[in-house]
Amino acid sequence: MGEIGKSIIRKEGKEKITGQARYIDDITFRDMIYGATVRSPIPRGLLRNIFFGAGIPWNEFTIVTAQDIIGSNYVELIATDQPFLVHNQINHPEEPIVLLAHPSKDMLEKGRAAVKFDIDPLPPILSIEDSLTQKEIIWGSDNLLKSCLLEKGNVDAVWEDAAFIIEDSYETGAQEQLYIENQGVIAIADQKTGITVWGSIQCPYYIHKALMTLFSLPTEKIRVIQAETGGGFGGKEEYPTMISGHAALLAMKSGKPVKIIYSRSEDMAATTKRHPSRTKIKMAADKDGILLGIDIDFALDGGAYVTLSPVVLSRGSIHACGVYYCENLRVRGRAVATNTPPHGAFRGFGAPQSTFAIERHMNKAAKEIGIAPEEFRRRNFIKQGQSTATKQIIQERIDFDVLLNEAFRVSDYHEKLKQFALHNQTNKKKKGIGFASFMHGVGFTGSGELYLASRANVEADKDGRIHVLASSTEIGQGTNTIFSQIAADALGISSDDVDVVRPDTKFVPDSGPTVASRTCSIVGKLVENAAMELRQTLISSGYLKVPYNKEEFKAACKSYYENIGPLKGVSQYKPPKNFIWDDKTYTGDAYASYGFAVYVAEITVNPETYETSVDNFYAIQEVGQVINPVLATGQIEGGVVQGIGYTLYEKVVWKEGRMINNQMTNYIIPTARDTPPIHVHFEEWNKQHGPQGAKGIGELPLDGTSPAIINAVENAIGISINAIPMLPEDLFKVWEGKSSSKA
Amino acid sequence: MSGKKISVTCEVNGEEKKLEVFPMERLLDVLRSECKLTGAKEGCGEGECGACSVLIDGQLVNSCLVPVIQVQGKNIRTIEGIANDDTLHPVQKAFLQCGGAQCGICTPGMIIAAVNLLENDPHPSREKVIEWLGGNLCRCTGYMKIVESILQAAEEKS
Amino acid sequence: MKAFIPDYEVMAPSSLTEALSLLNDSSGKWKPFAGGTDLMVLLEAGKLPIGKYISLHGLVELKSQEDHPENVTIGSFMTFSQIRGSKILQEEFPLLCLGAAEIGSLAIQNRATIGGNIVNASPAADSLPPLLVYEAEVELISMKGSRWIPYKDFHTGYKQMSMYPYELLSRIRLPKKEKNLKQFYRKVGVRGAQAISKVCMAATAQVSTSKTIESFRLAFGSVAPIPLRCIQTETVLKGKQVCNDLIQWAEKKLAEEISPIDDIRSTKEYRVKVAQNLLRTFMEQL
Repeated sequence: MGEIGKSIIRKEGKEKITGQARYIDDITFRDMIYGATVRSPIPRGLLRNIFFGAGIPWNEFTIVTAQDIIGSNYVELIATDQPFLVHNQINHPEEPIVLLAHPSKDMLEKGRAAVKFDIDPLPPILSIEDSLTQKEIIWGSDNLLKSCLLEKGNVDAVWEDAAFIIEDSYETGAQEQLYIENQGVIAIADQKTGITVWGSIQCPYYIHKALMTLFSLPTEKIRVIQAETGGGFGGKEEYPTMISGHAALLAMKSGKPVKIIYSRSEDMAATTKRHPSRTKIKMAADKDGILLGIDIDFALDGGAYVTLSPVVLSRGSIHACGVYYCENLRVRGRAVATNTPPHGAFRGFGAPQSTFAIERHMNKAAKEIGIAPEEFRRRNFIKQGQSTATKQIIQERIDFDVLLNEAFRVSDYHEKLKQFALHNQTNKKKKGIGFASFMHGVGFTGSGELYLASRANVEADKDGRIHVLASSTEIGQGTNTIFSQIAADALGISSDDVDVVRPDTKFVPDSGPTVASRTCSIVGKLVENAAMELRQTLISSGYLKVPYNKEEFKAACKSYYENIGPLKGVSQYKPPKNFIWDDKTYTGDAYASYGFAVYVAEITVNPETYETSVDNFYAIQEVGQVINPVLATGQIEGGVVQGIGYTLYEKVVWKEGRMINNQMTNYIIPTARDTPPIHVHFEEWNKQHGPQGAKGIGELPLDGTSPAIINAVENAIGISINAIPMLPEDLFKVWEGKSSSKA
Repeated sequence: MSGKKISVTCEVNGEEKKLEVFPMERLLDVLRSECKLTGAKEGCGEGECGACSVLIDGQLVNSCLVPVIQVQGKNIRTIEGIANDDTLHPVQKAFLQCGGAQCGICTPGMIIAAVNLLENDPHPSREKVIEWLGGNLCRCTGYMKIVESILQAAEEKS
Repeated sequence: MKAFIPDYEVMAPSSLTEALSLLNDSSGKWKPFAGGTDLMVLLEAGKLPIGKYISLHGLVELKSQEDHPENVTIGSFMTFSQIRGSKILQEEFPLLCLGAAEIGSLAIQNRATIGGNIVNASPAADSLPPLLVYEAEVELISMKGSRWIPYKDFHTGYKQMSMYPYELLSRIRLPKKEKNLKQFYRKVGVRGAQAISKVCMAATAQVSTSKTIESFRLAFGSVAPIPLRCIQTETVLKGKQVCNDLIQWAEKKLAEEISPIDDIRSTKEYRVKVAQNLLRTFMEQL
């Protein structure tokens, strides 16, 4: 175990701390011109005409509309409903209609302001309820982008004999990813040689595939290269495909390299956000507080097009019943269309929404039954050998009792409960403590990973340096570093002698997208396997004798190269044995492994200003094997703070389907002053999956942070909040509403 | 007069620069395009995120809010001027060791703010570090390791 | 939508006379600016009118600080960092320093000026309620001469001022106040740092040993089209003894006097309630 578990320095760290790292806006090409998008000002309508205003030298501009598209005008992802450019039907505000390019950034903006549209407005749908009740049909025949049904046992039969029936409804709002680097790409294109795109990207192969469809070009004519990327969090999973298509269209028409960089206000208004949700839960328990049945109606606002909603819905629905064993349950999931910019991937991907609901509901139910929230959970935690909501028998060691004990121990939970209750009797500011227990499935659901058929290669060059080739992108989470560690460990050498190749579809195989907490666990495993294959090849060839040191390894690579040829190991994803998933009935093995966690939040509510501060936070999770402690801890800390934002600060203000607080001044993410000390603890029990047993952790913190905080708020002031974000104004409304209704 | 460039002379990372620029151009754009110093980044264009932070005469500023006419005769320091040739500044070393940078886009601004803090107060308390960083937003780290890096750099320097 | 940068004409006069004569230009088109922290945001958003601008950064006359027996007079180009760092202002006018510390971030405070904050006239400005409770006066100068007006008369409506286009705000005079003044400043923003204010309160009071209010000055930001000195609420308090009934009466009067709105950051009801809560907190300290 040489390299695993070591906090080696970030591979590209030096470039980042000296300002040398090259993000897409730092890159310029000779003859490069700038592109911009002119967008719909209204949520829904029929485009009648486009006017190019007077006083602009239009002959200097490159202008592209839907008419210029040679191939198919849709963004290849899951469905074929989303166009790159509006043809005649507008379905959301900010929908791209016209593309412009010009050598001068200033003149480009002048031009953008001078393009006007003649649109016949149509009535828009702007809420989940209006879409469900079909006030208007705006998509398909019934506004339903996707629906799914998960059933176990017979939930309809439990209500009659239940000692307790607890019902409530929960809501979560949209959340903007707010990566600090705005989206951007550069494209070079011509029909003969093909298209090359550089960009701030999470998934180069998504773009690769979509450009083939847009331009009717074969795979070898498309090349996508990831530039250093300043944060993604899912916001750069699918949206870069849209911008890449736009830049390529302009590049194709102008014959020049085209750079499109979004301004912050454009990025916030036009690109994807976390799906807003509405969850209704009806829960039955017997007199001993044992769960008899759970019936969940889970609805997501998908925005105007399908995009990734089916997968977000899937994950959200599968996670909806939480970490509890129940023999009778139903989750009805629906993703509905609204006339807003399509919602998309954001760290957690449906699970934060449904986990918020179930973890709040467990506290509510515990209260009605008359037992402590932890006691109710202990009586119902899923245990080794029991089946989940999808009837999966979890093979890993799953022990929430132990995790809960550990969380309570490190946070001194029960002592604080007492202290805070005393404190609150005599102090204006009210303190509270709350927790949440949850899990997050690693990788694509069910047969998703099989379908992706991800690959990774490990190669040695003639100097004996090792190169890892995978399409997984470094977006801050540490891909480059952990892949180096994993490969080095498998090869028995130092990570100093390993480099990760910049993801470039000309050179790296398709390892699947950088999403779903799969990079370390799923792709890292492929890297490990590929490295082991390379090592085996070297040993079998006779050039490498065991044991060896790193110099001997290098020398062996050189000899192999000189005498035989290129040396590489390849690996393709294979599902675990007996891994069965039925997509039609939503039953079976949803994920090979899960991250298990209990989070505890300490908060203070200030009744003077209705502000809530998070004062302390404890994040305990079982993750198999920590590859790099500093990076892993950093992931949890960063995720918890995004979760704090999701819960207490980040509200998207909508007007006619458009985000109107699309500035950093008015969309509020936490500053250093708003974040508590975060105590991170890792347990490493299960090592059946992933490289050396490492599971995925990227999304886990987004699932449990909000219910832990809101449970703490209820503990502090006795008020139940069922919707997030909970801004001071929201708490004020509920709190004052309660007080006045008492009088 | 409109549409005419002006001459602005200033010092950037110790080097004299004679710039021919439009007076209302943002210092950020002038640094990135004319001076080819792309370390300072545009995260928001409205002085909220601090990714464009530089030092003017030793003071921390958002370069996206400075019209270049106002830097006539001033001494500007960017991230590219923090390391001493190949020797990293203690703050930079600490960022590497403590994991203060994840995606790295806020990092140049953070390091400029941190260097500025330690030049003003070599032994800041944790609270002071947190207060000083109020204008630098990070979306990846949750700030913990950035604060740790700065406290470690302060310790190393002493 | 950004603006077309080359269209903006900017002069940077090195003397006050030069600046004033530009302002006096019959075209009336020259507009002065100081640190640029508000102006550059408008520029980036495409909302800054194309035109002629005067950068005041070279004018030393605007960067003074004078400590007189009866008052402290500061130049309008004093930055908020300089205000925070001024010993005399900390001693005599602490609320102004507290307000300065709340503005934006350190990077903003290093560039933003008190004059710019006044003339930008945002009702949410953090430094303006202290100027109201300190009964500041402002000097407006032009080629025609100079005049002082009470700051409370400066703002006449939302973004409207008692100031001619050819005038420059040059100095702010802060009369030294009674000793033993109880002082209070609170800003409630959207987060712990780098936050626009939702409600901002500055107050001073003199209270006798028997808890009788001898003087009371109260001002709020973000509750009206202008930074508001709450004269009506002050009137019901002067000469009365502090007790819970008086506090409730003051809260009621305050709700009638202020007129906050619903906007992108907050709601009318929240602002009224929080303003009342802050007033209560101060009065309970007396």
